[in-house]
Amino acid sequence: MADQDFRTCSITGLKVHLPAANLIMANAVAAVVLLLIGGLAAAGVALTRLPSVHLLPADLFYRLLTLHGLAMLIAWIIFFEMAGLYLGASVLLNARIAAPKMAWLQFILMVVGVLLIALMVLTGQADVMFTSYPPLKANPIYYLGVILFAVGALIGCFVFFGTLAKARKEGTYPHGSFPLVTFGLACAAMIAIATLLHGAAVYIPTLLWSLGLMGMDESAYRLVWWGLGHSSQQINVAAMISVWYLVGTLSVGMKPISQKLCRTAFVLYVLFINVASEHHILVDPVFSNAHKIWNTGYIMHLAVLASMIHALAVPAGIEVALRKKGYTSGLFEWLKKAPWSNPAFSAIVLSIFGFGFFGGITGVTFGSEQVNITAHNTWRITGHFHSTVVFGTTLAFMGVTYYVLPLIFRREVLGMGWAKLQPWFFGIGMMIQVTGMMLAGAYGIPRRHWDIVNFGGSPFSFAWDPTAYMWLGVFGIGALLAVLGGAIYILVTVGTILFGKKLA
Amino acid sequence: MSISVPEKVWWKPIDKEEKIWLAIALIWMVISFVWMPIYHYIGKQNPSSESYKAPREQFEQLVNGFIQKYQVKDANGTPVAMNDIPVVHPPAGGDAYLVGAGWKWKPVLELEKGKTYRIHLSSFDFQHGLSIYPLNINYMAIPGQDYVITVTPTTSGEFPILCNEFCGIGHHTMVGKLIVK
Repeated sequence: MADQDFRTCSITGLKVHLPAANLIMANAVAAVVLLLIGGLAAAGVALTRLPSVHLLPADLFYRLLTLHGLAMLIAWIIFFEMAGLYLGASVLLNARIAAPKMAWLQFILMVVGVLLIALMVLTGQADVMFTSYPPLKANPIYYLGVILFAVGALIGCFVFFGTLAKARKEGTYPHGSFPLVTFGLACAAMIAIATLLHGAAVYIPTLLWSLGLMGMDESAYRLVWWGLGHSSQQINVAAMISVWYLVGTLSVGMKPISQKLCRTAFVLYVLFINVASEHHILVDPVFSNAHKIWNTGYIMHLAVLASMIHALAVPAGIEVALRKKGYTSGLFEWLKKAPWSNPAFSAIVLSIFGFGFFGGITGVTFGSEQVNITAHNTWRITGHFHSTVVFGTTLAFMGVTYYVLPLIFRREVLGMGWAKLQPWFFGIGMMIQVTGMMLAGAYGIPRRHWDIVNFGGSPFSFAWDPTAYMWLGVFGIGALLAVLGGAIYILVTVGTILFGKKLA
Repeated sequence: MSISVPEKVWWKPIDKEEKIWLAIALIWMVISFVWMPIYHYIGKQNPSSESYKAPREQFEQLVNGFIQKYQVKDANGTPVAMNDIPVVHPPAGGDAYLVGAGWKWKPVLELEKGKTYRIHLSSFDFQHGLSIYPLNINYMAIPGQDYVITVTPTTSGEFPILCNEFCGIGHHTMVGKLIVK
């Protein structure tokens, strides 16, 4: 083993494989660039949905909304997860990364894919929204971009598993089970492979359909697409929870209270959460009620049980670790003395709170048959998934960045004062935003809609319950705060990478 | 530590606190997954699961025949329309058709309070989201599918219907009307 390929981290004592570190940095930088693009689109979309501002014209609004979804939910998150997978497999196990050339192919394919997607969307050749429900049709190059991106991500998953196998074979870590974080990421990667196969099953036929080579069944598309669309969010859940454990360990020295319980919970995600994606088609024709209830009622709760386990295990682990530091007086001294000025710690605490209370609870209720009739395609749904994917996943990823910068980029975080405030701006902003969205949605405000005031001059236009407008205003305040929090994150991250003090 | 290898044997009995939490979570999950099918039988508002394949040409004939037969006529016998969309009074207790096409919901249905109707929902172009305000009831209209929704209106008035599934650049102009007398 050539040791010049490694450096020893002065903080954690882990051996860092330099080619792996380069891959982590490349993917993380791509993620942040895409977050910037998605964030600019987010600002445009939010300011248009605010009736008092109504910034963009209709075509640009729908275009930027499509771009916002793809840049954030697909590109930013999956690039960051690729960085996370390489970190979990290579750095945490002191291992060299398997097949670094294949890993670079992952990066290149994903970059090319995202460029094709962005080009098609921005030139108005893919005004089909994130879901691209047929018969809305985009330029075939758009679907090709999605496929290339997905193939890249699939290669990344195989490199991850290859690295695990290599680490075990070469005995680079003490004999035993993988660390919990690596285990959680392995679960995320398994879900990712299943999800990406759904992606192939839906996007390859769609590409052929867009070329005029085959027909299209709209309902079958919806079923299979959501096998990709919802399951891919479960990759995020497993990756996010791994990040919670990672940051909990680095910030307060947290230990999982029971390895058995935590690992079982991750396995429950792998087994059950992929099945539970039919709540998107509860008010669809074609599928029978028995089928829908089985999928959304029974199977899903086994995955929810897993979240309930983590909901105890992560905060309890943090409490135990802080109590061990001597913060034992009263019930809540540990909470008061927690390292709130550490942006990574405050980010994951807000992320846990947002994902669980705002995202999880609304997800379970909106996914039930009767509630879904009143929630489907309203802004309640948009509020729900902003709670899980933005308030939860994105905020957790932002938090762990404050460790990735010194440990992998080896730069001292520039503007630490701003960094300390950042999770609060973003977290509280999201909290206000999703509250506004979900309550406006409860009054029927639709998602993906340019003009809820005049309906583009439709003769049947009508006025909403005035309370709905109030919640739209609340949404606007929250959205602007969150955009500010996102901007600080990007400034701090880019500033640190370019100008931060180099660490030895 | 979550980032280092655990001790050799980590499959150990869990503590009492965790058992209590697990039991609470399990009971909660059991209740919520039993409740959903139970409510399907005792509740009065379920998503419909009756649907048929409806090729566009055949379905369009049905819809046109329906509109011709039941379009409301004024005192002079002239067919009534609102904003060029025919107003149709289907037979109480019978079939009615509602279709999304060209960023319009057609026709304007005039229903009678307390009577039960089978509304056939479909689309002639893109996927549309039927959303009836202020009840906030939402169903998908999918091209090629006839989605049968059995309804009994309980409140009279005029109810706007909007589209809440993106269906192209005119999506936001797609507002229709449902009248209950």
